[in-house]
Amino acid sequence: MSVSVMIQELFKAFGNTVLIFVLTLAGSLPLGLIVYFGRKSRIGIIRGIVKVYISIMRGTPLMLQLMMVFYGPSLLLPVLFPGMKITLPRNWRFVAVIVAFVINYAAYFCEIFRAGIESIPQGQYEAADVLGFTKSQTFFRIILPQMIKRVIPPVTNEVITLVKDTSLSSAIGMVEMFTKAKQIAVAPRSPGMLTFVAAAIFYYVFNYTVAFVMERIEKKLNYYR
Amino acid sequence: MSILTMEHISKSFDSLEVLRDISLNVNEGEVVSIIGPSGSGKSTLLRCATLLEKVDTGTIRYMDDLYAVQTRGASKAVYAPPKMLRKIKSCFGLVFQQFNLFPHHTVLKNVMEAPILVQKRSKEEVRLEAMEILRKMGLEDKADAYPWQLSGGQQQRVGIARALALKPEIIFFDEPTSALDPELTGEVLKVIRQLADEHMTMVIVTHEMPFARAVSDRVIFMDGGVVVEEGTPEEVFDNPQAERTRQFLRNYQQ
Repeated sequence: MSVSVMIQELFKAFGNTVLIFVLTLAGSLPLGLIVYFGRKSRIGIIRGIVKVYISIMRGTPLMLQLMMVFYGPSLLLPVLFPGMKITLPRNWRFVAVIVAFVINYAAYFCEIFRAGIESIPQGQYEAADVLGFTKSQTFFRIILPQMIKRVIPPVTNEVITLVKDTSLSSAIGMVEMFTKAKQIAVAPRSPGMLTFVAAAIFYYVFNYTVAFVMERIEKKLNYYR
Repeated sequence: MSILTMEHISKSFDSLEVLRDISLNVNEGEVVSIIGPSGSGKSTLLRCATLLEKVDTGTIRYMDDLYAVQTRGASKAVYAPPKMLRKIKSCFGLVFQQFNLFPHHTVLKNVMEAPILVQKRSKEEVRLEAMEILRKMGLEDKADAYPWQLSGGQQQRVGIARALALKPEIIFFDEPTSALDPELTGEVLKVIRQLADEHMTMVIVTHEMPFARAVSDRVIFMDGGVVVEEGTPEEVFDNPQAERTRQFLRNYQQ
């Protein structure tokens, strides 16, 4: 396999890497906010469940969570419902990757959001209250915009980690760039080590772009302090 | 007409009694200053009046018949439903010691947001009024600035403008100049005095004694969660009856 074919192959698989990345962010950022509301719920049981969920997500390896989501249905359902015929959707592998990544990253984002929201001075709530804002007006117009500005640096960290974490999906046979690189590198008459170097460059350039975009967002929000 | 009536207000934080059976009545057009040492309960009284803090017992009503909280007999205070409380909140404005402006909004938006969002008034009408208020505060050229670009005195004047924009019946000031350099205090006191001249009903918690004397119709001296002495500025400052008042004022004159 020539180097240019190798790069083309990696680039094709890179599409899946980007897709996992985008879908994970699109799912986990909003879910993180919902999880935050759960963590602050007035109902004790919800608070308890959310805390246990966050604790598990942060306390166990993402690769293991990935496997539990992917293999879970085919391992558990026959035990729970003996005799039932199980048919998983054809793209189950991909769905499992997204589900596992989203619920894992949402837990981290929840905690980042919580830190951001709790760092906002009490006076902001009091000013909004005295002006007659409702709770949701206060949250969405006063608290959330200020929270977003404050959490950009830790969110950037997570987002960069996510770019690299997409490679974990290789553990359940998801064909994204990392899996592809492995396959090519060990194949006979392949560019060998060069394949890994090429993959590294892909990841690096992706992350460089991510960091650049996040920095732009951070600068854009610098119009106030 | 009585704008604010507080009767038999008591409030404790854990075992610390901050307000002990305090009553306060403010009539339309009246300027009342509350003075007293730190920890005397004057700020807490203001926070109870503005519903930021809940009283344990007592009655608070606005405009004679809008009850925010009622207590009958020895029972606990009962607050009005949220809808009523929101209606009551539109009767008053509060100016904070720390300004508490919204940092992500321009000066103009700080002033305009509540009338549009809460009172559902038209944007154009609110903009004209907000600009008029800013002009009065000497801030018309700062409409598009963000709070961090302003001095403390300017920020506090935005705080006053924001409170005025809701056309409140009464404005509370919680030590409005305590976070300011002495140099900037004057410009804030000047606009408050201007409001007093226009017969805006106001309750001012302050440590600025000469200002309290000049601007107030009535001065209240609080200590230990009770009203120790109350009267015209001349009565309280020139001829205090209670020993505690005399002692407090002596410390100030030194």
